[in-house]
Amino acid sequence: MRRGASSFNIISVVLGLAFLYLPITILVIYSFNASRLVTIWGGWSLEWYRELLHDDAVLQAAWISLRVAVLSASFATVLGTLAAVALTRMGRFRGRLLFSGMVYAPLVIPEVITGLSLLLLFVALNADRGFWTIVIAHTTLTMCFVAVIVQSRLVSFDRSLEEAAMDLGCPPVKTFLTITLRLIAPAIAAGWMLAFSLSLDDLVIASFTTGPGATTLPIRIYSEVRLGVKPEINAVCTIMIAIVAVGTIAASLIAKSGTARRDRAALGAQV
Amino acid sequence: MSTQANRRNWGARLVLLLPYLWLLVFFLVPFVIVLKISLSQTALALPPYVPVFDFAAGWAGLVEFTVQLSADSFRLLSSDAIYLLSYLKSLQIAAISTIFLLAIGYPIAYGMARAPRAWQPPLVMAVVLPFWTSFLIRIYAWINILQRDGLLNDVLTRLHVIDAPAAWLSSDTAIYIGIVYSYLPFMVLPLYAALEKMDETLLEAAADLGCPRWKTFWLVTLPLSLPGVAAGTLLCFIPIVGEFVIPDLLGGSETMMIGQTLWTEFFSNRDWPVASAIAVSLLGLLLVPILFYERLQQRSLEGGR
Repeated sequence: MRRGASSFNIISVVLGLAFLYLPITILVIYSFNASRLVTIWGGWSLEWYRELLHDDAVLQAAWISLRVAVLSASFATVLGTLAAVALTRMGRFRGRLLFSGMVYAPLVIPEVITGLSLLLLFVALNADRGFWTIVIAHTTLTMCFVAVIVQSRLVSFDRSLEEAAMDLGCPPVKTFLTITLRLIAPAIAAGWMLAFSLSLDDLVIASFTTGPGATTLPIRIYSEVRLGVKPEINAVCTIMIAIVAVGTIAASLIAKSGTARRDRAALGAQV
Repeated sequence: MSTQANRRNWGARLVLLLPYLWLLVFFLVPFVIVLKISLSQTALALPPYVPVFDFAAGWAGLVEFTVQLSADSFRLLSSDAIYLLSYLKSLQIAAISTIFLLAIGYPIAYGMARAPRAWQPPLVMAVVLPFWTSFLIRIYAWINILQRDGLLNDVLTRLHVIDAPAAWLSSDTAIYIGIVYSYLPFMVLPLYAALEKMDETLLEAAADLGCPRWKTFWLVTLPLSLPGVAAGTLLCFIPIVGEFVIPDLLGGSETMMIGQTLWTEFFSNRDWPVASAIAVSLLGLLLVPILFYERLQQRSLEGGR
């Protein structure tokens, strides 16, 4: 910015980031603590990670969570993208207000309500609760986040490309697949990642919709955490943080190299 | 335009129908069921409520079913002080923590918006990154810090701020810390989006005309950032009212927030009708802010159509 940042601006950003990162950093450091007690530093150790490798319950829960997250994020990405296209490209249609209401509401409605209502639906349908009911519940919640992300991308880009293609006789489906889809691809990827991490993260809705044999990682961690702090849990959390951090940074680097390539291509075209 | 519309018809219908049907079945219908069960009575049966609607009984079944509905659960909610206190506590915690979030989030977002252009994307990413790590992990991190033999007490006693370890955990203070910490990105990002869009020349004009900085902020910056303030406030306030995990792990056992009360009624007391009645009245309580939020979303994503 032209007027530059004042020292107040700098201090508030630095303090804010410190507030956001300090607790996580402490958690990561203590996962390597040789001592079982949080306050006593017993030197660096990988003991809790070793113990984790033999904790079948946690490993199984992690595997279930991962499968639920991949499946529900994929379904949610398809449904959410379709919803976003419908809301931005179809103008007025009957029931539009209800539709957009249903798309935006799950973003803010408290999870206990969504969880309870979905469970009661599954009970009414006499469905066996477990893996698939969690997948359905997570798909329903996360498709709305995907829809909003894709929608904000759809409204922001120039429609003239689509219109040009259609004027030249390109059928709408082909226009969508070759032009629109390519333009919104980064948003779709971001949507999938958000859906994936929301699903991996969710405790409340999963607790309502789960059944025997489908204990997800958050449900497992929650039951352990209620009993107090355990260094093994610090280790689980550190691994999850590492995966998320690497994934996010990799994704942003890929996105960056993508734009860089496009920019270079645009420059080349001008020269 | 009409031929184009005709050609589109088939694919378009499918594009709309799939998500529409999904949301109808898995979002709207469940609410109708919650409403129905909130008007049922608890029973020692499976499912644990009566009446159960029987499609096979046809019209007579529907009449029978309607006659058996009762407002008992709602009567219980309004007569027992526990529920009322629970609602009040939730509203109080949500209101106060939203004010804290605004007070802490605004300077951060403002600082981000005034940072050099090249710095802004990494700063946004730095604010978003903790949000990508598990919510449960972030709350758990605070248990590490706030527990009796935790780091906060350790640091404070060493600095001689306090003599004996204080009980930070299991208190409202811990709930506020947990909520502010978890929801901060939801407040900062909409504020930043509003502040970043602001026209710099307006501030320069105000400065050139001799307006002091604080007055420029009050008369120009703040009013222009109000859409961001509204979005951030709603995005935080609404889910906080129904928050379960944070008060459950960090809070004490005296007064529960409404999300906890619903959870206990459902999982511990197995009283499905009362749990449903709590959900219905919670939704009623939040209806106005939710509708405001919907309007805001429609305006920002659909250009006020």
